[in-house]
Amino acid sequence: MSLLQIEGLGIDFGGLRAVNDVSFSLKAGEIVSVIGPNGAGKTTLFNMISGVYLPGRGKVMLDGEDVTRLSPHLLARRGLSRTFQNLQIFHAMTVLENAVVGHHLHERGNILADLLSLPASRRSSRESEESARRLLDRVGLGRAAEQEAGSLSYGALKRLEIARALALKPRVLLLDEPAAGCNAVETEEIDHLIAQVAAEGVSILLVEHDMKMVMRISNHIVVLDHGEKIAEGEPAAIARNPRVIEAYLGAQATEANNADG
Amino acid sequence: MRLSSKTITLLGLAVVIAIAPVFFPSSFYYRVGSLIFVNGLAVTGLVILIGYAGQISLGHAGFAGIGAYACALAPVHLGLHPALAAVLGAVLSGIIAWLVGRPILRLKGYYLAVASLGFGVLVSMVLANEAAITGGPDGMAVEDPGLRGALKAIGIDLSNTEFWYAFSGLVLVIGAWLALNLYHSPTGRALRALHGSEVAARAVGIDVAGYKLKAFVISAVYASVSGSLLALQNKFITPDVAGFMHSIEMVTMTVLGGAGSVIGAILGAAILTILPQILTVFQEYEQLLLGLVMMLVMIFMRDGLLPSIARRLRRGGE
Repeated sequence: MSLLQIEGLGIDFGGLRAVNDVSFSLKAGEIVSVIGPNGAGKTTLFNMISGVYLPGRGKVMLDGEDVTRLSPHLLARRGLSRTFQNLQIFHAMTVLENAVVGHHLHERGNILADLLSLPASRRSSRESEESARRLLDRVGLGRAAEQEAGSLSYGALKRLEIARALALKPRVLLLDEPAAGCNAVETEEIDHLIAQVAAEGVSILLVEHDMKMVMRISNHIVVLDHGEKIAEGEPAAIARNPRVIEAYLGAQATEANNADG
Repeated sequence: MRLSSKTITLLGLAVVIAIAPVFFPSSFYYRVGSLIFVNGLAVTGLVILIGYAGQISLGHAGFAGIGAYACALAPVHLGLHPALAAVLGAVLSGIIAWLVGRPILRLKGYYLAVASLGFGVLVSMVLANEAAITGGPDGMAVEDPGLRGALKAIGIDLSNTEFWYAFSGLVLVIGAWLALNLYHSPTGRALRALHGSEVAARAVGIDVAGYKLKAFVISAVYASVSGSLLALQNKFITPDVAGFMHSIEMVTMTVLGGAGSVIGAILGAAILTILPQILTVFQEYEQLLLGLVMMLVMIFMRDGLLPSIARRLRRGGE
């Protein structure tokens, strides 16, 4: 059974049909990529799935439950976590604190315990901190833990967002261009990380422009153009699909194929 | 044992409060000191709202007014002890802040600033106009809580100004302790996170509207206790305590010293409480100079005095 199911999702901005009638699904542990030219509606689709925009049409089902109109924090509670294309980092906090905040839903205690710094509150913070350090090690930021987040490079901030999203222990993870602005080595690291996370049973929905990466790690690809789904299937089939090549892939697809071959 | 920065901050604050009287040339300075602590307490609450959560209120004097008039009215009408009346005022302020904040904090943007402004004006108008109950613009007397008498009974004999200096100082240290505890707690991190990015805070499961409301309620309780302390030590209260100028003063103190830092904001409260006392020499220019100081700080030290100076020192040390 599919963990995340998108049914006929659509939204209009004024007269513009930004996304129209998009359907697809994700199984547990599956990596599905959404690709398409700039302005195809990929990020808009992400924002609808994660509750940032209210969809005009269609449904989002998470584990059989209709979650279409839920706000992002309630979706997070149900195990859906995401990163952002335009970085959304807590700049004034340290790298460690950014990762600790990701544990918010797993922290116990209440405001009174926090004000009085009762043992329950301190223990909860300590547990989050230990887990956050492990996650930072995992994304290669362990040594930057005490730095102010604003001082990190773009690629490092991308990885920090992934660590923060993983802290929720999500069932579904939406990654919006995780490798943008990263060099080849960093991209490969992120690539491994995504594959590892998926292997642990987390479903991953990916928007990414790096076609080599998409072709390498996706189980399934959904292609958008002008807000409509124009194709969907396995990477190899997508790379050969004439409509996809026309709309988007072009030279990049041949390049990726050659790299694979 | 290595002391945490929180412990050092609190010890430093307590030591300064305890030692400062050695340098006081006259008992008048105890009075200035306790005013600083009263303002410092309100400002510490605003650090939680403005500095942690990034929300602006322009009506916090309204809560100070509720706290102050609770101490004036509850003993007369309900027969409550003035100290308990302060607790009643704090609870009332918390409930009102919740009722006012709940519908507003669901909206994005500057609604809280505008709505709290309206709330503050409303409170001060009610206090000024309901003369039959509040004495109107002339104000009303406040009963002595008898705490000083209680101390005397156990052998500690303090003058009135000395007692309120010590008592307000103690309350301020407790207030600072609570605010600093909050900073590194799950709640404090949630507040600072939503200040940094609301979408990201939502994405990790933080109920943004709910946490803003918590910050608003806590800061309202701080303001209320500060108003109560003022009423109890002055033994007299006028609607000015709830006035718009007082709200602006509170925000100015917070921002001047550094909204993100408890000690910075208390420093801001100290400066803006002392300056008018010094500037009485140039009475006509007092407002002018205050405005100038504020503008210079905002232009050259946008994070406020203390954080900006600390950063410059750190950079210099490297």
